[in-house]
Parts: sequence; C-alpha cells; structure tokens
Amino acid sequence: MADLRINLAGISSPNPFWLASAPPTNTGYQVQRAFEAGWGGAVWKTLGDPIINTSSRFAAVHFNGQRVAGFNNIELITDRPLEVNLKEIYETKKRFPNHAVVVSLMVEPKREKWHEIVKRVEAVGVDGLELNFGCPHGMAERGMGSASGQQPDLVEAQTMWAKEAAKTPVIVKLTPNITDITATAKAAVRGGADAISLINTINSLAGVDLDTWNTIPHVGGKGAHGGYCGPAVKPIALNMVAECARNAQVNVPISGIGGVSNWRDAVEFMLMGATGVQVCTAAMHHGFSIVEDMIDGLNNYLDEKGLQSVTELIGKSVPRYSDWGDLDLNYQVVARIHEENCIVCNKCHIACEDTSHQCIERLTTDDGRAYLKVREEDCVGCNLCSIVCPVEGAISMVEIPSGEMPMSWNQRQKAIASAGDSNQAPGGASKEAV
Amino acid sequence: MAATFISAESLRRNFAEVKAGMRPKEAIEESNRCLYCYDAPCIKACPTGINIPSFIKKIASGNMKGSARTIMEANPVGASCSRVCPTEELCEGACVLNHSSKPIMIGDLQRYATDWAIRNEQVLFTAGRSNGNKIAVIGGGPAGLSAARELARFGFAVTIFEAKEQAGGLDTYGIVSFRLPQEISLWEVEQVKQLGVEIRTGVKVGVDIAVEEIRQQYDAVVLAIGMSKVPKLGIEGEGLRGVYDAIDFVESTKTSIRTDIAGKKVAVIGAGNTAIDAATCSVRLGAGEVTIVYRRTVEEMTAYDFEFDFAKQDGVVFKWLTAPKRVVGDTAGNVTAMECIAMRLEESEGRSRPVPVAGSEFFMDVDAVVLAIGQNRHIDLVEQLGLSHKRGIVAIDPVTFQTSDPQIFAAGDVIFGDGQGEAMVVSAAQQGKKAAYAIYRQLVKQQEETA
Repeated sequence: MADLRINLAGISSPNPFWLASAPPTNTGYQVQRAFEAGWGGAVWKTLGDPIINTSSRFAAVHFNGQRVAGFNNIELITDRPLEVNLKEIYETKKRFPNHAVVVSLMVEPKREKWHEIVKRVEAVGVDGLELNFGCPHGMAERGMGSASGQQPDLVEAQTMWAKEAAKTPVIVKLTPNITDITATAKAAVRGGADAISLINTINSLAGVDLDTWNTIPHVGGKGAHGGYCGPAVKPIALNMVAECARNAQVNVPISGIGGVSNWRDAVEFMLMGATGVQVCTAAMHHGFSIVEDMIDGLNNYLDEKGLQSVTELIGKSVPRYSDWGDLDLNYQVVARIHEENCIVCNKCHIACEDTSHQCIERLTTDDGRAYLKVREEDCVGCNLCSIVCPVEGAISMVEIPSGEMPMSWNQRQKAIASAGDSNQAPGGASKEAV
Repeated sequence: MAATFISAESLRRNFAEVKAGMRPKEAIEESNRCLYCYDAPCIKACPTGINIPSFIKKIASGNMKGSARTIMEANPVGASCSRVCPTEELCEGACVLNHSSKPIMIGDLQRYATDWAIRNEQVLFTAGRSNGNKIAVIGGGPAGLSAARELARFGFAVTIFEAKEQAGGLDTYGIVSFRLPQEISLWEVEQVKQLGVEIRTGVKVGVDIAVEEIRQQYDAVVLAIGMSKVPKLGIEGEGLRGVYDAIDFVESTKTSIRTDIAGKKVAVIGAGNTAIDAATCSVRLGAGEVTIVYRRTVEEMTAYDFEFDFAKQDGVVFKWLTAPKRVVGDTAGNVTAMECIAMRLEESEGRSRPVPVAGSEFFMDVDAVVLAIGQNRHIDLVEQLGLSHKRGIVAIDPVTFQTSDPQIFAAGDVIFGDGQGEAMVVSAAQQGKKAAYAIYRQLVKQQEETA
C-alpha cells in the first residue's frame, strides 16, 4: 500500500482525488457524503453574490451507445445565500479535519470585493481558496469568470487582491477558452498565486434537436453556449496542464482538471505535472462511490510500479513533452500485422488506402485464405492502421533503426544554416517543407 | 462385450473446460456496458453480496487486482462460483438490463477477473493479528474454506480437518472437470493456506481424531462436513459390478483416468444436477449410450435449466416417468440389464407423488447404472458431537449458525434440507462467512466489550 497523501501548495489531503467546484459540491450534505465515500478533498461550488439559475441546465453528448462522452452545462455559481454556505463549510471542515476543503470564489473585479469575500470565507476555517476565472457562460457576460480569466492583466490584478487578504493558499483556476493558456498561468503566478488549477469548461453547444430545431439544452425555446467537460475534453486539458508544467515561468503546483474519470486518467495528469486532480462529470454520471476504484486502482498501480508515494509520479513525463521542432526526424516506426490475431476486417487497409499512404496490401494464400500485409518500405509510421484496428495484438508499430544519428527539425535548420555560411548552395534545403 | 478403446488424449480433451474464458476485447466491451447501478439488484441477488458493479468497473479501468479482490473478499470461492453458479437465477437474472437489452455476463466477467488473479499468482488477503483463539473447522469444502478464510483474517489460529487428500470439497471432487477444473478450486484452497490456516488432509474427525480432543483443544468449532454417499435404492442387484454411486463416479473422473465406461450403455437414476454431471461425464468417458431415468417428469426435475440443456446437447436421453425395479447381472456379477416400471403422477399435497403403473414392467439393456438420487448425511459424526438434528440435518440458529452446542457452529450442506438453507456452493460460502462473524462476535468482540 503506497502513500496516497498529497500536499498542493500547503493544502494536504489523504489522496489526490478532489471533487471540482461544480454541482456535486453545492452543499455540506453533498461534500460530507463525498468525504464519507473516500474523496480526499472538495472545492466548494463557487461563492459570490447569489444568482438565479435557469431551469434546464445540463446536456450530454453520447457516443455510439456510451452515455456521457462529453457534458455541457449552463448552470452558474451558487444560488444559495453566502451565510448558508459558510455555515455548512464550517460544519464540514469540523467533521472532516483531515480532508481538503477549498472554496471557489468569484466576485466582480474590484479590490474591496475580493478582500471582503476572502476574509469572510477564511473566517469559517478553510484549507484554501480557488479563484474562478474560468466559468464561460453567464458570469462572463457580467465581466466575471472567463471574461476576466481571458485577460492576463485582470488575472494578475485579481490574484494579487485575493492574495493581499488571504492567509490560506490561493489556487487560480484557468479558462481554456484562450489561445495560449501559459499567458494567463504566468499572469496568475505574477499575481502571487500559490497554485493553478486547469481546465475550466470549454465553450460549447451540445446539440440541436432535429425535430424541434431547438438547441440542446434550451430554456423555453432559447439556448446559449455552455461549458463543455467530461471524458471528451481530457486530451485538451492534459495538453494545457503539460504546457504549464513545462513552462519555467509557471513555477507553481498544478491541480489537474478535465475529463478525469478513473485512476488511469489521474496518473496521466500527475505524470504530466499535476499534484492532484479534480473530478466532476464522472461523479455526476455514477455517484461518489467511483472514488473507491480510483483509490484502489491507483494503489495497486503504485505497488506494481514499486513506488512508495503517489507524489513520485508528479511531473515524471514532463521532460518527455516538448515542441515539434525538437522531435527526431530520423526516428522511424512501421506497422506490422500479426496474422495470428488479425480478423481480416480490412479496416486498416481501407484507412491506409483511402486516407493515408497506400501501403497495406490485401493478399491471398495459395489455399485461398485472405490476409493483409504492410509494404514496410512505403509505410510512414502514421499509426492510423493500429488506431482503427479493433483487436488487440493484431497490429504493432515497430521501430526500424534508421542508422542515422537523431536529428530534429531545429537541429536540421541549424545545420543547414551553418552549412549555408560555409557553402553558398546547401543541397536539399530547398526541399524543406514547412 | 468387447471393450471399446478410448485414448488418454481423448479423455483429456473431453474433460477440458468446455467454456472458453472471455477474451480481453470481450471483457472490455462487456464491462463498459455495465451501468454501475446504485443499490444494484445484482448485489442483492448474490448470496455472498459481491459488489458486482464495483468489480466490473475495475475490469473496465484496468484495475484487475482490485477486481479480483472485490470478488474474493465477498466470496472466498468466487473463482469456482464464476463457473458453477446458476447466474441466470441469481445476479444475471436480476440485472436491470434484462428489461432493456440483455443482461451483463456477470459470471463470465467474474471468471475473467479471477482467472487473471490465478494466472498472475496474486495474493489477495493477509491474516489478522493473532487474537489468541483457536478454531477447528471440520470439512474443507466451500463452507469450511470460507469460514477459515474469514477467521484467519480476524486473527484466529485455524485448523481445517479434511478427510480427503485435498481440500475444496465439492469444488475439488464433485463438480465435473469440464465445468470446473480442479486447479481452480485448489487455487482457492491455496489462498486460504497462505493466511496461515493449517489444513490437515486425510484426517477423519471421529475416526482419526476424537471429537473430545477437538472440543478441548479449540475455542470453537465450525462443522462444515457436507453430505455423504448416495443412498441405496433398496432394489435387487445394487451390489453388482457396474453399479456406481454418482458422487464417487464424478470424483473418479477428477482423480484418475478411467477407460472402463467407453462403449458402455449407461443408465443414470435421478434428475438433479449430480445426475446430469454423471450423465455428461459418461458421455465424455466414451459411453455408447447414456440415459437418465427419472420417476417424475421434466417439470419436477431439480437440475438447473442450463444443466438440462447441456445434457441434451451432449446427447443424453431422458426417460421420464420411469423407475428402476431391479438390476440384472450375468453369472460373473456384471450388470447386463435393468428392469424398470412406468410411473404416473398422482396429485398429493406439495409435490405430486409418482405411483407405479401396474404391469408396465420392461427391460433396459445396460452395462452400468449410476445412482444419483440424493445424498446421505454424516449422521455418525453429528451424533458423536451430540448436536440436535433432523435426519442428519443439523439444527442451527439462522442468524449465528450456532448449533445446539454453543461451542459448535455449522454451515454448508450439513445444514441444508428440510426447508433450511440452499444447496448452492455460493450459499455455503456465505454461511461459512456468517459462522465466522458469529464466532468473532462471541469470542473476541464480546470479550472486548465486557473487558
């Protein structure tokens, strides 16, 4: 049994699984149920000036029979009075002193507003604060949430204002609705953030009803964009976490959010630099008890890897993440089809033939049996065939030693430039594609 | 008649497990189909209460060890049960997807997870810190193993007394290999041994060790001795060579290579699950013709539907409303025929009563007769222990599984019958667990509370 405890910028929790600020953390009743089920921490649903919510709030994208591949919501921050939330936060923390109780905050971008709410919330005894600069709908139209989170200067200023009053660690939650997330991440750091959390939801419209032509969801026949989350957003979130983790100027711990549905996802986020993860959609789909497998699966994984503590995972894959220009152009893999496992569905053939490099041949043995074979000399190693292959162990991507020294595009450009200095006509440079 | 040859290779093939395990793709697809219901009916339908959605979710997430542990935690013979449980009547029958598509293949997924644990030689549990008490478990079958496993986890020093060469009971000796290979049951035995449980095999309590000795040396006793031999029919010719006890018959196919049935005409008397096992075993031993002879009809048959289907697929012939009258032999004492009589059912209270049709006698040409008409009880031992019982069915408190002797608890087939308990392996496992919990409460918890 490994040690699952984490410490995120001074906030400790018995395991890295926190509930994200969202509908599951709306009340003390819910958060306490979550802690009983095993969750290590919770970020309380965003406090601020209470709002009015719409009826009809959520929608999901189902993918080929699997429900909730992605999830969309137009719910806003808490609609309950601040005093009620503060009382329940106090009671929850008292009952669960070892769990992480972090409270999400969102107020108008005014210094005194931040000071006021930080003081009131810290007065009831919380482990940390999370600044919601990410909510993409509703609040953004009022100049809060992602509206302020998309402006690095506002992120920096508001972080600073919160920090001026805060005694507990301040986490800044970032919106993904921006071109370069490191810009706002750096702004948060400049403002004094103790940690960042990402991603918040992505602008989305879940669908349109083919019969009524209404948006999904709709409120009395009218729709507005919501925030997208759930398994479908994981790759986007993972990249953003990794981009922050490998940026030297974003030198604060990261709480990873975005499509984390099981322990495997959590491991990936932690390897990519997150200290812990936050979960919402998976809990909304299945209930709080899913954390049982998250904890158990993570424990067994760490044991199998011979790791004593979950913290040993943090950032281990970050050095392997880089820019395209640093990738070795001389590295070569080719597809190889293992006939003993191939069921001859021909999906690899048609994928390659129609949409890639036409190098998987359909052949027949002397006794009339059909089989597929890769013409390895023409294979560019794109992986497509192995992606569409429906059976395990039928196609593997095999490394072919190129016999050449590793050479990245950046190195190559450098080599060409220096060759150009000594030789006026560099051979092959004109062939370079951009 | 001339002996028909059957090769050891054919026998090995015939007795290899019939059903293949799920392949990874099947298991992933099926596990992801599970809805992960809240307060799931499958859990309630499982006598051992396995958290089925949880173990299936763990297969889906790739937490195979966790999955196997979830299963084995609730059911110490969960690998065997994945193969022998009547899942249509239990977990799969309760699956909510029966109402909208088709039920999750829970048994197959359970086998997938436990097979993984077996293949990867996983140790899933550890013994508790010693609490200073010693427990004797008489009988190392499903109920005894289950009790011993839980007791060891509570920190009891446990000794299992097993009459046979190996523990596992019915799972090791009584269920046909092509449904439950012996190594599965023996892995479960090994899991219990690894907790420090001493298994003294080849020791018959009441014969090799006195009942009094056990009483004096142990703080509590779990009686899990199951059932005994098949009773005699009480007809002429039962002593002839070629008349077998179905339990011994099945056992012989699990412990030896048996070539004497090849080409023979076999009649199996009875239509319970053991009769089906004896019949399908006979087919696989190369019998020329196998007939199940039953005095009632298909309606009253106690074999599970899937067992019945399995036997029909194997080509077993069913002769309903037929009772044996006597077994006929040649001068050398070998079975040559069986005289039968047709029956009809007469309405009576409860189960309809079969009565012979006068003058309907006829002869069946047979070389072997296998009796599968139920099992006797180990009444001798029960009486040596001085427990109250009804024809060998030991009386218990339904909550604590305590017998009339407060030192002795009972679980499994020894308490089955007369409206008490269930005949399933999975029920025996649950009873073993409950007996262990009651012992823990009585010997440890109450002591702590009063201390």
